[in-house]
Amino acid sequence: MMLAHVIRKLNLLILTTLVLSVLSFSLVYLFPGDPLVNLTGLKSISQQEYAEVAAMHGFDKSYLHQYWYYLKGLLVGDWGQGFSSEIPLWDEISQTMPASIELSAYALFLSVLIGVPLGFVAGFQHNKPTDYGLLTASVIGYSMPIFWLSLILILVFSLQLGWLPLSGRISLLFEIPHKTGFVFVDIFLSDLDYKSAAAKSAFQHLIMPTASLTIVTASIVFRLTRRSLIDVMSSNYIQAAYTRGLSDFQVVMRHGVRNALLPIIPLFGMQFAVLLTNAMIVEVIFSWPGIGNWLIQAIYQRDYPAIRAGVLAVSMLVIILTVATELLAKLINPTQRGNAYAES
Amino acid sequence: MNNAMRERYSLAQVCWLISLSLYLSGCSDIGEDVVPKEGVIYCSEGNPLTFNPQLDTSGTTSDASAHQIYDRLINFDPLSGLIVPGLASSWLVSDDGLTYTFQLRRGVRFHDTPYFTPTRTFNADDVLFSINRWRLPEHPFHNVSGGEYPYFSSLGLRDVIVDVKRINGYRIELILKQPDSSFLANLATDFAVLLSAEYAQSLGPEEKEKLDRYPIGTGPFKFHKYRKDRFIRYAKHNDYWQHDLAPEKLIYDITPSSSQRLAKLMTGECDAIAFPAHSELDTIRERADLRLDEKPGLNVGFWAFNTSKPPFNNPKVRRALAMAIDKNTLIEAVYFGSAVNARGLLPESSWAYQADLNDINYNPVLARQLLNESGIKEGFTMNIWAMPVQRAYNPDARKMAELMQNYLSQVGITVNIVSYEWTAFRERLKQGLHDSVLIGWSADNGDPDNFYRPLLTCSAIDSGTNRAMWCSEQYDSFIDQALKYTETSQRNQYYRMANQLIAEQVPLVPIAHAYRYRAHRKELQGLIINPFGAIRFGDVQKQ
Repeated sequence: MMLAHVIRKLNLLILTTLVLSVLSFSLVYLFPGDPLVNLTGLKSISQQEYAEVAAMHGFDKSYLHQYWYYLKGLLVGDWGQGFSSEIPLWDEISQTMPASIELSAYALFLSVLIGVPLGFVAGFQHNKPTDYGLLTASVIGYSMPIFWLSLILILVFSLQLGWLPLSGRISLLFEIPHKTGFVFVDIFLSDLDYKSAAAKSAFQHLIMPTASLTIVTASIVFRLTRRSLIDVMSSNYIQAAYTRGLSDFQVVMRHGVRNALLPIIPLFGMQFAVLLTNAMIVEVIFSWPGIGNWLIQAIYQRDYPAIRAGVLAVSMLVIILTVATELLAKLINPTQRGNAYAES
Repeated sequence: MNNAMRERYSLAQVCWLISLSLYLSGCSDIGEDVVPKEGVIYCSEGNPLTFNPQLDTSGTTSDASAHQIYDRLINFDPLSGLIVPGLASSWLVSDDGLTYTFQLRRGVRFHDTPYFTPTRTFNADDVLFSINRWRLPEHPFHNVSGGEYPYFSSLGLRDVIVDVKRINGYRIELILKQPDSSFLANLATDFAVLLSAEYAQSLGPEEKEKLDRYPIGTGPFKFHKYRKDRFIRYAKHNDYWQHDLAPEKLIYDITPSSSQRLAKLMTGECDAIAFPAHSELDTIRERADLRLDEKPGLNVGFWAFNTSKPPFNNPKVRRALAMAIDKNTLIEAVYFGSAVNARGLLPESSWAYQADLNDINYNPVLARQLLNESGIKEGFTMNIWAMPVQRAYNPDARKMAELMQNYLSQVGITVNIVSYEWTAFRERLKQGLHDSVLIGWSADNGDPDNFYRPLLTCSAIDSGTNRAMWCSEQYDSFIDQALKYTETSQRNQYYRMANQLIAEQVPLVPIAHAYRYRAHRKELQGLIINPFGAIRFGDVQKQ
């Protein structure tokens, strides 16, 4: 039964990816300019080279052929090159994507670490001063525009107090060889003699972007958890547990936590999409060299191949994560396995 | 020539400004203990187009390579403005002014990098290669990387040089067609860099462009890595011929927003920044940990009349219009006082500056009278074209135009302000569609010819730098005559006559010479503003 679910989800993943690839392929034609140039990013090539490249991408044949070549190219990492950088887009994406994932992952981890326990506290203390206090705080955190929050953090911690740097991932004086794209892993793998100093610098650079993302995301996680626990606590089996004489702590730990978390885990996965959008804004403000920053630069410069590849990469990441969290939710929540289709 | 950047006022930037204005002093440096001291970080304003300044005249390109990676035969001393030896240890000009002989320095080593290992030191072949590349269209490297050498072609240097001869391994001779006393100055500009002939020969036919992308030179730094929109990394050239003082690392952190550059300077993420905005200068001055250097720049902002159009073909009308505006107020309002009133084309730092030049004073009553005499009636309408971009010589042409609109209305003239996107703007100016324009000029070398010739000679109308469309045979002959003499006092006579003519004819109204600014942290020593071109980091030290 579980295997069938996995297969169904994978099918969904593959189909969605195909639809996305069709959409991104159609962008080649929808963007202004020569479709072949939009596809390959090769702007200044001779007539002869042009003909060769056209043949290589099936431009002498039907759209279907072209799409087939496009798909093959995507699979082997031939995503074309950007207008402005003239570096293969795949290289750029594989360098910027880990930076975004790293930032978002820390933020999501911290948000869960902060949001879930606080949500339980507030849910358990429903309609009491603690609940109201936490709820108020979460409304503030939730409704603050993230760019404003980031700027306030910079104003206070960088410009006023001078504690934290305001741009980039690590001081440019450190040159960390690119291996995985995850800065701490790369520092660890490198054979530099100033590893600890580099790690310290990377950590300092990470604090403010992560904090701005966490404040907003943790508020959402908190609200989801709180709501869920309130629902669970009013259910029959909780009342039954109380009548059996269990203490508050026992009731919450044995029956509340798991039952409250199960329905919201897929929602955390959905939050990742919102988180990634916020991360893009944060990346621009903190000059974080992630995919969001890169994509926004590409949009500024009307770098069509880069926009196409960036949009495809980001949407695929979101889909993969969404499907993964749904699978995870199914894995830990047996009640949902009965649903035959994906609309859980 | 245009080395200031267009400013984009994005939302983020506005927020930056707000945050900066809220800023209170009292900051400690970030991570002083972790950041290695041997590196210098410079927050630059944009991406260089190439790493060979022969190919581009933009200041961003020369800042990134001219003095970091390369050397020239001769240099301008940034303090005195005199020509000093570079890779040529001495030189000799023949009596007829046609033959220039250069004695080259021995034992100068090129950069040793992962992509090229030199086997010999610098010699005459490198000079021949570097000059012939832009001079001879049939040269194997002439058409590499676009084949445009804008600086040399704008001055027609290709036709000035008849031949470049190798006398021996360390002596070369340049033969000119006619005497040209600005010739040495042209060889000392940022653009006359010396490349490695050996490196060029080592490149296969498919990879010739590497010469300009992965540069090899003799300068204090060697190229290490460049990522567009992110950074440029340089490493110290350990065998630099001049000294061993250069920092171990030099990094350009590419930061287009000027307010963000300032913020990074404050937190110590940059050691020096490019182009601080005029509105931020006071913030920098107030802080104990920052230094602001200022120097009058080699530039001039002016108001040019289209002298090919009536009534602006009448010098009397032009004089009247010049009298109707109060330049001091304009300078105060537009440059925030960071510029000096321009009386002529040349700024004070030029050796040909004429201190006793008369300025046209603000006199609206006389202006009205002159206009009446020339038959300009109350309610006459003209346009002022205001350039859409920010330049050192005029940081806000639009605002200046608005102020002038007000002044001119007091003498009964209605002004329409016109502006187009920058490329279209220049294109239409070249066609002469304007009545008058607010624009300016930044010079590339210290020679007065670099102001007088492109701005007002007849031939400059075609090349699109003579915004007044003014053509005077007399003026042209003064400028040409001046080049025939090497003695500055003789040249000066001709420039004085040219100044006299400009003052009588008023083809344009010089407004201001803007200061050049550079901000850096106090730990950084030895960063001197180079009025004759690009920034130099070779002598910089961090304490």
